[in-house]
Amino acid sequence: MDFALTEEQRMVQATAREFARERIAPEAAAIDREHRHPAALVAAMGELGLMGITVAEADGGAGLDNVTYALAVEEVAVACASTAAVMSVNNSLVCDPIGRFGTPEQRTRFLPSLASARTLGCFALSEPEAGSDAAAQRTTATVQSDGSWVLSGTKNWITNGPVADVAVTFAMNDRSAGTRGITAFIVPMDTPGVTAGAPDDKLGIRGTQSSQIVLDDVHLGADAVLGQVGSGFKVAMSTLDGGRIGIAAQAVGIARACLEASLEYAKQRTSFGKAIIDHQAVAFKLADMAAAIDGARLLTLRAAWLKDNGLPYGRAAATAKLVASEAANDAARDAIQVFGGNGYVTENPVERHFRDAKITEIYEGTSEIQRIVIAASLVRDGVLN
Amino acid sequence: MKIAVCVKEVPDTSVEKRIDPSTMRLSRDAGDRTLNSFDLNAIEQAIRLKEAAGDGEVVLVSMGPARAVESIRKGLAMGADRAVLVADDAAAGSDLVATSYVLATALERENPDVILFGQQASDGDGAVMWSAVADRLRLPVISQISELTVAGGEATAKRQTEFGYDTIKTALPAVLAVSDAINEPRYPSLKGIMGAKKKPQDVLGLGDIGADASRAGSAGSKTEVKALNAPPSRGDTQKIEDDGSAAEKVVAFLIERKLV
Repeated sequence: MDFALTEEQRMVQATAREFARERIAPEAAAIDREHRHPAALVAAMGELGLMGITVAEADGGAGLDNVTYALAVEEVAVACASTAAVMSVNNSLVCDPIGRFGTPEQRTRFLPSLASARTLGCFALSEPEAGSDAAAQRTTATVQSDGSWVLSGTKNWITNGPVADVAVTFAMNDRSAGTRGITAFIVPMDTPGVTAGAPDDKLGIRGTQSSQIVLDDVHLGADAVLGQVGSGFKVAMSTLDGGRIGIAAQAVGIARACLEASLEYAKQRTSFGKAIIDHQAVAFKLADMAAAIDGARLLTLRAAWLKDNGLPYGRAAATAKLVASEAANDAARDAIQVFGGNGYVTENPVERHFRDAKITEIYEGTSEIQRIVIAASLVRDGVLN
Repeated sequence: MKIAVCVKEVPDTSVEKRIDPSTMRLSRDAGDRTLNSFDLNAIEQAIRLKEAAGDGEVVLVSMGPARAVESIRKGLAMGADRAVLVADDAAAGSDLVATSYVLATALERENPDVILFGQQASDGDGAVMWSAVADRLRLPVISQISELTVAGGEATAKRQTEFGYDTIKTALPAVLAVSDAINEPRYPSLKGIMGAKKKPQDVLGLGDIGADASRAGSAGSKTEVKALNAPPSRGDTQKIEDDGSAAEKVVAFLIERKLV
């Protein structure tokens, strides 16, 4: 067993950390306050290669591994969870499935611009009546006599929806076939009939834009199908397995931001004649945060490593996301307690971390869904797998 | 155009610096090491000069332990073409005099048109290496450069002074030390990082560059650290909180002591 990162992994981590500290962190509070999509930061991250980290070099990406990806998302999330969500969606939910399931023509057409953030992607699976129950798709895909398709339906809570150029979209082409009647499509957002709704007004990650996407008689060529007709559910589920690594890394980053802020504050804030870090009640909170972050990060990197090595990682990714998202929420709650009244006001960043942390227990599979994945694997594969 | 950039591996700025009492030298073993941040401005400028010229080569020149090549690769990831690191046990403990000898010897071998330095290294903070190397190479030197153009075998530099700017022109080759105000160094891209290891990076001994070992390392150094002491206390200090009148109070303080 080797816990050491490679030189390239450390260098990318350092680049992401420097960029996050110097460029993203100073803007994070304003991005949240103004509900602002961080367009300029995303463009700069695209130039660095951070928006398509695992995309093959031949497809215009950086050609790096998932461990590197997880390390980079964590660094960005420490500075700004909103920016990390935009990054994670483009990397995990858009570039990844197009890279794995796309034809050479689809990869050439979409990946170089997505990986460099000249375009931005979104993942349109959820619907008003199909959240955790993703198989309950109501959006329809009707094949035409010439092999082309017409899509109709409404997608909900689509991260990047209002700012995306392309959507990996799922629709039911054969209701009688159940999950095998779902097909994935690559839909350019400027296709006639595609409209993104007004951005959702959210509790947290307020810089990340999400919205409904309405598909009204959207005509697509046969070449818009991603993967095979009827394999959409597999495309979606395997993509979300990988996405959970990104969200786990985002949660680790939010938790680390809470710990970094709490440590700095606890060393300089005094009460009863000493720094509050010298009160055990505070010190233990910080120790618990650090222990939980370490555990969550190791789980996240293990899931990424399994994926990199072509090993089954679905349960590992679900475990990482479950543990990391709960660690982020625990850390955020404790960070506000460490800050006291100063943590409840927007002057300090921990109330933002508290609001941002919550989404990590919800999107890309709620904590309940992660437990279903883990429990199903327990029954199928046994305890030790 | 061939551009050499002298760079140095230093302890990460987040690491608390510690002097080893037995050697009287900065302890370089503890904590992370990194490329001197001031050197990033020089590397950035070198890459921009190459880009502006349309062709050329940027070579990083350094002296340090063999492991420093990893820190130096950051410069290759930013866009420098190759690196030369002089790593030799006999070079350990070099002071300014010995280091400038080794660097000058390595630079003579490269014969560059432009030799760039950052303004100082964040560990020793000497800020004189560029002038010592220029003296050894008998080359013109311009320091604290905040704007630089190179064309037609000449360099034109805007040099920051206490009173404003000097604009200085020199024939090449020349030693040019840039200030940290000259540019905003780029972040190494992920592609650059992946490509850095494949770029040529020579780790050479003193013999390889034709340097005389007796003029390098402790043997070639003229500096002897006799003792180390904590700086004396500043005595009575007066802290002025800015309530809008701080500037006036500072000026009044200086006038009172006839300092302005």
